[in-house]
Amino acid sequence: MIDKRIKTVAASVADIPNGATIMVGGFGEAGSPTELIHALIDQGAKDLTVINNNTGNGEVGLAALIGAGQVRKMICSYPRSSHSKVFPELYRAGKIELEIVPQGTLAERIRAGGAGIPAFYTATTVGTPLAKGKEARLIKGRDYVLEYGLTADYALIKCEKADAKGNLIYNKTARNFNPIMCTAATVTIVQTREIVEVGALDPEHIVTPNIYVDRVVEVAQPVIESQLIAKGVQYP
Amino acid sequence: MSMKGWSREQMAEQVALDIPDGSYVNLGIGIPELVTKFVPEGREFIYHTENGLLGMGPAPTPGQEDPELINAGKKAVTAEPGASYFHHGDSFTMIRGGHIDVCVLGTMQISQHGDLANWSTGAPDAIPAVGGAMDLVAGVKTIFVISQHTTKTGISKLVSTCSYPLTGKAVVSRIYTDLAIIDIKAEGFRLRELAPGISFDEVCAKTDAPLLPPLLLPPIANEKRE
Repeated sequence: MIDKRIKTVAASVADIPNGATIMVGGFGEAGSPTELIHALIDQGAKDLTVINNNTGNGEVGLAALIGAGQVRKMICSYPRSSHSKVFPELYRAGKIELEIVPQGTLAERIRAGGAGIPAFYTATTVGTPLAKGKEARLIKGRDYVLEYGLTADYALIKCEKADAKGNLIYNKTARNFNPIMCTAATVTIVQTREIVEVGALDPEHIVTPNIYVDRVVEVAQPVIESQLIAKGVQYP
Repeated sequence: MSMKGWSREQMAEQVALDIPDGSYVNLGIGIPELVTKFVPEGREFIYHTENGLLGMGPAPTPGQEDPELINAGKKAVTAEPGASYFHHGDSFTMIRGGHIDVCVLGTMQISQHGDLANWSTGAPDAIPAVGGAMDLVAGVKTIFVISQHTTKTGISKLVSTCSYPLTGKAVVSRIYTDLAIIDIKAEGFRLRELAPGISFDEVCAKTDAPLLPPLLLPPIANEKRE
């Protein structure tokens, strides 16, 4: 009997080792698995490479993980936001590495990684400083650069509903990077607002099929990062 | 009438007039967002936002914001009837696969060859942050730029060659400023229309590259275009 449910967020991230590469879902706070990230801060794994579109907000969630000194390198498209201060300070102090990737290239690198495609050509970045050092090729009269697929040891994911087998559905634009990251990680850990009976999710509506999911933990009332930031909360 | 030049809203209105009915449109952050206010009577545009929504509607009424329903600028939005949600891979398939018809972006510099520089000043202490801009200019069929003609200190944003790092090379079709609408042609900047009260000489003086006169008779300002 397949049952991927884990009782606590702490148990779900307990085995993540130092030096792991971790994909973290979310676009800003929407779809951010904040409770899983906080459990990872408590767990203490360091020297991590983290893949996310941004670098977190305020001093909670991903920003707090970075602030705790656990992240060696960020791979992202946009490391700034109106409330991000932790990453810029560490970056300017030379204490964290940054690989900047255009958002669509980041998404496609993750999708390719999950699909077993090692590399692909794209027109994005051609003629810009971000094309430097990339293999270039002319295809049917247009210039392209080679980009490599991305995979990770772990993915931390947030969804709306899951079943014990690991089928997932999401909520509105909180879907964002989460489904593709599920496919590209060796171990995919999911926090869900609700665990429903196997069979309760309509197979026509399942967004992430359970083959991509390893662990599911229920977080019935996830925090809203912007509300924590408004209250001046710092984690831990 | 002492009207001189176009306001931000009027610039957005000029852009909206040039977008055909039924277009799939992606709007950048800032002045481009104003385009939604000026959709001409009888036309429908479907708005795409990079973070996974096709059929984006306006901001919700205060108190109705949903932190899980936002746009690429991370502001609360709504979903129109017929909207759909999808993941980032699909969202950029729409962009990179050439399925989005029009993208309207702001800029820091634009060259006479249509090179766009809108993501970084290249300052040594700047933290690079590109987001989806490079994907949009590489993948969307038509790129319109909407911007003040000069910076706050009066320096032309329209230049012979961009000094800032590029977002894309030869990607822009047309630029809408407070002074004029200018096409980017093989031969360079070519005036399409002057804003009210603005002379060709004035636009030339404020443009840091050659500006060519219109090929056709200048259209009457604010005439409804199809």
